Order: sequence, then structure tokens, then C-alpha cells
Amino acid sequence: MKDPVIIFEKVSKSYPLYHNLMGIKRFLFSFTKSLRAFKNSRFEALRDISFEVYRGETFGIIGRNGAGKSTILGLIAGVLKPTQGKVLVRGRIASLLELGGGFHWELTGRENIMLNGILLGLTREEVRKKMDAIIEFSELGEFIDQPIRVYSSGMLARLGFSVVAHLDPEILLVDEILTVGDINFQRKCLEKMLNFKKNGTTIVFVSHSMEDIKRLCDRVMWIENHNIKMIGEPEEVVSNYIKFVNS
Amino acid sequence: MNSKLKHYIDLIIVLTHKEMKIRYKSSFLGYIWSVAHPLAFALVFYIAFKVIMRINMEDYTLFLIAGLFPWQWFSNSVNTSAGIFLANASIIKKLNFPRNIVPLAMVLQDMIHFVFTIPVIIIFLFVYNKTPSLSWLYGIPILLSIQLLIVYGTSLMVSSLNLFFRDLERLVAILVTLLFYFTPIIYSETMIPEKFRYLIYLNPVAPLIISWRSVFLSGTLNLFFLIISTLYALSVFFLGYGIYKKLSWRFAEVL
Ligand SMILES: Nc1ncnc2c1ncn2[C@@H]1O[C@H](COP(=O)(O)OP(=O)(O)OP(=O)(O)O)[C@@H](O)[C@H]1O
Ligand SMILES: [Mg+2]
Repeated sequence: MKDPVIIFEKVSKSYPLYHNLMGIKRFLFSFTKSLRAFKNSRFEALRDISFEVYRGETFGIIGRNGAGKSTILGLIAGVLKPTQGKVLVRGRIASLLELGGGFHWELTGRENIMLNGILLGLTREEVRKKMDAIIEFSELGEFIDQPIRVYSSGMLARLGFSVVAHLDPEILLVDEILTVGDINFQRKCLEKMLNFKKNGTTIVFVSHSMEDIKRLCDRVMWIENHNIKMIGEPEEVVSNYIKFVNS
Repeated sequence: MNSKLKHYIDLIIVLTHKEMKIRYKSSFLGYIWSVAHPLAFALVFYIAFKVIMRINMEDYTLFLIAGLFPWQWFSNSVNTSAGIFLANASIIKKLNFPRNIVPLAMVLQDMIHFVFTIPVIIIFLFVYNKTPSLSWLYGIPILLSIQLLIVYGTSLMVSSLNLFFRDLERLVAILVTLLFYFTPIIYSETMIPEKFRYLIYLNPVAPLIISWRSVFLSGTLNLFFLIISTLYALSVFFLGYGIYKKLSWRFAEVL
């Protein structure tokens, strides 16, 4: 049963601090200086991190703002490359985008479903087939043919989540479940997540809601000071984290 | 078909379609506005050079339009490309899809728009008692392909580099304006003094624009110009793609 689908091996990730090199004018007129600055000024977001996520489990990541949680998701998704170490991922990945990400304001809900679905890895044919189900799940009614600039943020969240809910990923990355939906829709999201879980989708779940973490996750990793502070049972990790933060 | 390739093609189609929908949202009006821009330029140059400075050239309006329309595609795409990855930051930071599709869709949309404006050129031909030529059937596709490579290559280069040098956008806007006056659009290549005429070969878009105009106005293609622009197209494309390849894995960290 313990079949790792995500493996981090001694992974470090640093970001270059580009403000030193942000202008072509500066680059041209002080070339060597900016090159040196470019090499030296890096910010290390993660240092020497190793962990595994197993097939079918829901893996929570917690930690303070700026701890490096989103960076880890970026590394898993393959949009970031580790500075050192190795990241191995097996399986089709889907990410829940932030509010309005992958949408265009001038397009209708229906057009945005197509856009979003394609960006998330579906073909046109697949989106067309799922279109009705997605629209029904979103409960947006006739607003679906309105441009999404008239949507409220809760309605946007519905649209975004509805697309993701109809994907069939092997690995799902969630950075903050959308909390702007109303109670009804939040429950629906949670149900859908549990559904994914039941169907064997591996979920990596970043959240600041300890409630949700405890409710959904099988294991939790706590990131502190660019490093793993603790991995283990949700209850235990969460209570240690809360104690740590409050002290 | 290979499912990866199929998805790649679908991405291009949907993103290009999206760009078009946004551009033509108010359908016909969107089209009118996009045509109005080069036409307004044509009018300004007509007044400046024909009416005021009395340039000695027949059918000057037609001459202007035949060069301005393809130029418009080039300058629109290149100017838009500078900010295109920034505008799509939210998906680039989270989704691992081929990033080059973002500028490609934009360039294709501008190309399609250019094709849509060819009827306007035809109308002007008729106004000046000329007709489209049969050679358009191969001339237009050939020149479209060459220009697509040049514009896409340039856009890849500009869009990628702009993430690392954020003021490149301004430089590009200046360079494009300069390039406009160094390209035979408001004047013909034969008006350039003999001893400077070789300089147009140093301009990657000059042979292309000259070819467009000669196809539109006389239905002829000069093989020499064609070969030079093809060579430019291939070099610009490979240069742009090389730069993109080298930088693309870092896009998410600098956005
Ligand atoms: N593109 C970037 N360039 C430079 N530094 C970055 C970049 N992205 C993130 N960082 C830095 O890396 C660190 C980790 O950021 P990350 O976004 O992973 O944090 P997080 O744990 O997701 O925080 P939050 O809970 O606020 O979402 C932060 O200190 C942040 O400033
Ligand atoms: Mg984050």
C-alpha cells in the first residue's frame, strides 16, 4: 500500500532576488556588477527537504506565511525546478488554481470552462463532454452565459472548483481551498474532496484552516524555518503547531 | 493521434480562439476598430507626404495600405509580446503547460486578423482600378508563413527576456517605431539613394514588407527578397526559440 508517488530527496530551493537585475539599462551600464549581484543574492526558501507522499493519501502541509508551502506545490507541479536535490512525481497532476486564475474576465462562464479545462490538461472533446455536468455542479444557472466580470467572488470560486471537480487527476494539488463559497458550496467542495479521496486520488493539501486539515488529511507536514519541523498524524502535528505558534 | 500532441493542438486552438473572442467581443465593431488603426495611419501619411510634401508616386494610398497592414501585424504582436507572460502570471505559476503557446496564440490571432483585413486591401485595389492576382494563391500563404516565423520568433525573444529585464518593454517600443521608418513602408525601396540601398538588407522585415506590397499591388514575387526573408525568418525563429528554451524553466520564479 505504501507506494510513493511524490518523492522529495534533499531538495533545496532558492529564489534569485531579481530586483538587483531588473532593468536592461542597469544591466548594460554595470554589467559585471549586476552579474555578481545576480549570483550572490539568492533567497533560500527550502533547505534540504526530504519526504514522500504515498498513493491515495491526503497529505497536508501547514506552516506560517512564507514558510515555503506554495513553493513545495510548485516543485511538485513542475513549474519550479529544485536548486538542489531531486523531485520525483508519478502521475497526472491537476492544480486547483487561485480565484479567477486561468479565467478571462470578458469571457462567459461557459467559455471560461473550456479555457480552464484545456489549461488543466483536458482536450476540447473531453471538456465538451463534461460541460453540462460542470455547469450543473456549479449551480450558476443562467449566469453561466454572462461574462465572469459580473460574478461575485463566491461565484468565481464555484466555477473554478467545478472544473477541477470534473477532472480525473492522479495527483491533486490544492493551495488553500476556496473559502469564499457559501456554506452550501463549501460543503459540496468538501464532499467532492472526500470523493476524490475515496477514488484513490492522491491529494496534497495546503491550508491555514486546521479544521479542514484535521478533517481531510491522513498525514500532515509542518514546515518551519525553511525546513520540515514535523511529519505525522494530523492531530498531533496540528496541536504541536498551534502550541508553537501561540508560545 | 498521440494524446499529448492532440492536447497541444487543442491548447493552441482554444487560446487563439480566446484571443479572438476578446478582440471581436462586440463582433463587427471590434473588427472596424482594428482596421481603423492602420487606415488612420494611412490617412496621416497621405496628408503629410502626398498632399503637403507632394511625393511623386501614383496610387499612394494603395501603396501605403499594402505595406501598413502587414506591418501592423508585426508591430502589434511584438509590442504585445513584452507583457504577455506577466499578464498570464497566475497560470504560469501553477500549471505546467508549454509556455510558448501563450505568445503563439497571440501571434496567430494577429495573423488571422491580418488575413481578415485583406478584403480591405482588395476594396482599395478596385478603387484604383486594379484587381487581385492569381499569384495571391501561393504568394499569400508563403509570405504568411515567413512572417509568422519572424513575428513568433521575435515575440518569444521579447516576451522571455522581458521577465528578466522589465524595462525591455520600453526599449522594444522605441525600436519598433525606429524600425518602421527604416522599413520601406511610407516610401519605396527605389527612392532610397543608391549608395544606401544595401542597408535594407540589414533590416529583417524590409524584404518581407517589400514582398507583401509587390504581391498585393502587382502580383509578383521577387525570388531574391523571398530567399532573404526566409533566411531571416529561420534565424529569428531559432534565436527566439533558443532564448525561450534557455529561460522558460525560470519563468515561475521570476513572475
Ligand atoms: N518568485 C519568488 N521570488 C522570490 N522569492 C519568493 C518567490 N516566491 C516565493 N518567495 C519567497 O519564498 C518564501 C516561501 O514562499 P511560499 O509562497 O512558498 O510561502 P507559503 O508557505 O506558501 O506562504 P503563504 O502561507 O503565505 O501562502 C517566502 O519567503 C517568499 O518570500
Ligand atoms: Mg502560499
